[in-house]
This record gives sequence, C-alpha cells and structure tokens, in this order.
Amino acid sequence: MHRRKIIDRLISGWMAAGLFFVLMIPLAIGLGLVLKSLPILKILALPELLGGSIWKPLSGQFGFKPFILSSVYVTLISFLIAGPVCLLSAIYLTQYASRRLLSLMQPVIDILAGIPSVVYGVWGVLVIVPFVIRLAELREVAISGYCLLSGGIVLAVMSIPFILNILIEVIQAIPIELKEASLSVGASYWETIKWVLLRAGFSGIMAAFGLGISKALGETIAVLMVVGNVVQIPQSLFEAGYPLPALIANNYGEMMSIPLYDSALMFGALILFVIIVLFNGLARLAINHGERYR
Amino acid sequence: MNDTIIGIHHLNVTHAGTPILKDVNLEIPRNRVTVILGPSGCGKTTLLKCLNRLIDIYNGLDVSGQIYLDGEEILNRRNDLTRIRQKMGLLSQRPYPLPMSIFDNVAYGLKIQGLRNRDELADRVEFYLRQVNLWEEVKDRLKSPATRLSIGQQQRLCLARGLAVEPEIILADEPTSALDPLSSTCIEEQFMKLKRDYTILIVTHIMRQARRLADHVIFIYLGEVIEQGTPTQIFDHPQHPTTKQYLRVGH
Repeated sequence: MHRRKIIDRLISGWMAAGLFFVLMIPLAIGLGLVLKSLPILKILALPELLGGSIWKPLSGQFGFKPFILSSVYVTLISFLIAGPVCLLSAIYLTQYASRRLLSLMQPVIDILAGIPSVVYGVWGVLVIVPFVIRLAELREVAISGYCLLSGGIVLAVMSIPFILNILIEVIQAIPIELKEASLSVGASYWETIKWVLLRAGFSGIMAAFGLGISKALGETIAVLMVVGNVVQIPQSLFEAGYPLPALIANNYGEMMSIPLYDSALMFGALILFVIIVLFNGLARLAINHGERYR
Repeated sequence: MNDTIIGIHHLNVTHAGTPILKDVNLEIPRNRVTVILGPSGCGKTTLLKCLNRLIDIYNGLDVSGQIYLDGEEILNRRNDLTRIRQKMGLLSQRPYPLPMSIFDNVAYGLKIQGLRNRDELADRVEFYLRQVNLWEEVKDRLKSPATRLSIGQQQRLCLARGLAVEPEIILADEPTSALDPLSSTCIEEQFMKLKRDYTILIVTHIMRQARRLADHVIFIYLGEVIEQGTPTQIFDHPQHPTTKQYLRVGH
C-alpha cells in the first residue's frame, strides 16, 4: 500500500515536471530574446526601430518596418488563399463527399503536410514564380516573379494541409444529432451548414485558422526562396518583400563583426515572437467568444 | 377519427448486406400515441429516421419499400424533403439545442419558413415556450445560450423547437432516457397534452412509460415487427413468445 502511494506521488511529480518544462520553454525563449535585444534597444528607441524603413547596418540604421510589413503581407495573402479553400474543402469532404473520397484524401493531406518546406521552396521557384510572371504579363507588368504573391501562394499551399486537417477534425467532432435537429425542422443542407455546423464549430475553426497563420508567420525557407528578399516597403503584390524569418535566416552568423547586428537580428526574432503571442491571444479571445453557445 | 396517418409498406433497410429492418408493414393511427417498443439495437431508431428521411445523411444504407404520409410517398426522391420534414417534429434521446440563444432555437424553424416579422416571431416563440411549460423559467433570459439550461429544460426547448414549425407528427426517440424522473414526468405530461392535436410516435424500451402513454403498441425485435395492438392486448395478453419473454424480463 505504502509503495503504491510513493509511486503515485513520483509519477504525478514527473507529470508536473514535464508540464513545468513545457511552460518554461516559451518563457525562456522570450526572456532570452529580450536580453539579447537589450543592446540595440539601449541605443535606438522602439518607435525608431519599428517605424524606421532604412536598413543600413554599417551606418547603424536598423529600421524594421519593411520586414514587419513583408511578413504581414505574405501571411495575409497566404491566409486569404488558404482560409476559404480549406473551409470549403473541409465542408465538402465532411458533409457532401462519400466516405471513400474522405479516406482517399486523408493520406493525400498527410503527404502534403509531410513534404519538407525546402521542397515547397524549389517547387515555388520552378512553378509558382513563372506562373506569377505570366500573371503579371497579363497586366502588362514585367517582373522577376520573386515577390510577395509568390511567397503568399507557396505559403498558402504549405499551410493548406495543416489547416484542413484540423478543420476536418473540428467538423467531424460536431455531433450528428445537431445536424439532424436542424434538418428535422425543415432546414436545407446549406442552411444547416451555415447556421449550425459553422456556429457549433466556430471556436475550432478559429483555432485552426489561428494555428495556420502562426505557422505561416514563422515559415522561413520556402518563403525565402521565392519572395525576393529586397529591403523595401512593398507597394504591390508583384514587388519583392523581405519577411522577418528570411532576414534572420539569411544573415545570422554572417557580418557579426558589425556592431549591434547580432542584437538587431535578435530584436527581429523578438518582434516575430511578440506578433505570434499577440496573435494567439486574439485567436484565444475569438475561441472563448465562440464557446458561449456550445 | 381512427384513420391512418402513416402507412409503411414492405420497408427494408440494410447496411452493407446486414438487414436492420425486415419487411416492416405498419399503419400509424392519426392523433394517437403510438409506442414502438423493443430492445436496444432492434431498429426502432432507424424506423423513425426513415419517416423523416434523416436516414439520407447516413452513408451506406439501402432503403426500399414505401412510406405514405397523408397519401404522399415519402421515400420518393422527387418529393420536397424540407416540407416533409416540417410535418414531423423530432425529439432525440439527448437534447441537442442548436448553438444559439434560447429564443433563436425556437425561432430557427420559423425563420427558415420565411417568417421575418419580429413581433410575430416573438409571439410565436412565447406561445411554443408556454406550450412546453418553459416560458416562466426562461422569459428573462431568452438571449442567453440554450446550452446553459438544465438538461430537462433543454429537452423541453427542443420540443418547442419542433412544435414551432407546426408539424402533424411528433417523433420521439427515447425522449426521456437522459432525463431525471421529474423532467421525464414533465415531458410525458406534455405528450398527454399534445396528443389531442398531434400524432405522436415514441420509441422507448421503458415498459412502464409505454403503458402510461400508449394508445397503440408496436413491438419490434431484431428488425421485425413481432406484434402490435392496444396496450391491453400487448401487455396483458401477448400472443408471440418473444413478446412474452421480453415483457417478463423487462420491468
């Protein structure tokens, strides 16, 4: 009896330790980033760093605005493409398609999710970049093709399996009786989907979108390969951008002799970190709001 | 008075070759409480779901035969499904309030029918909430989520939701099995009150409930109609050995 009690206590101790570790990781990363960014924050004011658009490390000018805007734009483009595509496919697969099609799609989605991002990058260079050049030609603009739109499309394709998977699970978790209740008072299939399924699944759908966007914000290599990496505030879809993760990946470890450069890159990482924390907070708010009616 | 509202002829339902309902032939009397009795998994729920064609949303079921409602063939694919379904209110085993407010739950079917006038909607919602004895309990919080209600209140809300579209028939699938005794009694009382205006079809495996409510009893076992008749015939003078055994083992 005594021994079982000890084991019980030990095991719950281990569980608490595991949980503590998981909780500590984001805190430790956040703290580390803040500490590493302190040198640059001591010299340059926050508004100057976030609002400045000149990036000349050699003369000590670090304006992050082009990078922040590029990140936001690329993520937004990808979400505008992936969001509707995923929601519509998830509804179709769970509500209209035969069971066979769904079980056929499941491995396809898993494979899409498992392809390494560098492969998506190469695919983007070989397929999406020429496609975007064509698209620009239609509007009689000559471009290199390495631009925000290419980055957004590649990112969208990458996040689709991710978001779709969660959406399918979310919709499948809604009890079929809710659907029956709605149909039985004479609602059509579409009315049932619109008023009942999407509402009942609202928080889950928001969570799926939130996770998808967080993932898109942080995605590095595939975007870096197609987005152009030019420090500028992009004015159109066809102009090159330079998202934050690409900035860090391209430059970390090089040119570290330049004063404050290392600290500037860490500050870039901190911005990314803060955006993602804020974004998750917002998604959480939306989820809580949606759960009122569940 | 004692005419037939639903006629079921040679209804067969199979799932991947396994029969769920075998050659069911039934006549459901109008404005009566008909109780479908039988052990779990004998096809009672499937039978109900054939009536409002909810069976359509399940994959892999083969349905054959005819079901006539007021002389109209329900299983005919060309018929207007939503109109048929509005003739039947459904009450399921556990209450499933829609993910919206108490008010909107009752108003849902009305809005779908195209009723937009706010005052009229409010009147109708109040009327049906009163009809199920829920109005006094919820009148001050009509805008709050339906899921905040107790499970017994939720079940009455679901009944009001079904009644709001003015069905002729109420289909109830073990409507009290998830409820406490008080709420169950409340629902049963509603049925007694409603049977003047509606045809009520209740699936249950609770013998005492069947005896309390039924005008007509149908006993189903393993997908087959074994025996049917008045409560006295079935409960006091069962003819078929399976019925006798079920009644003896049951409560």
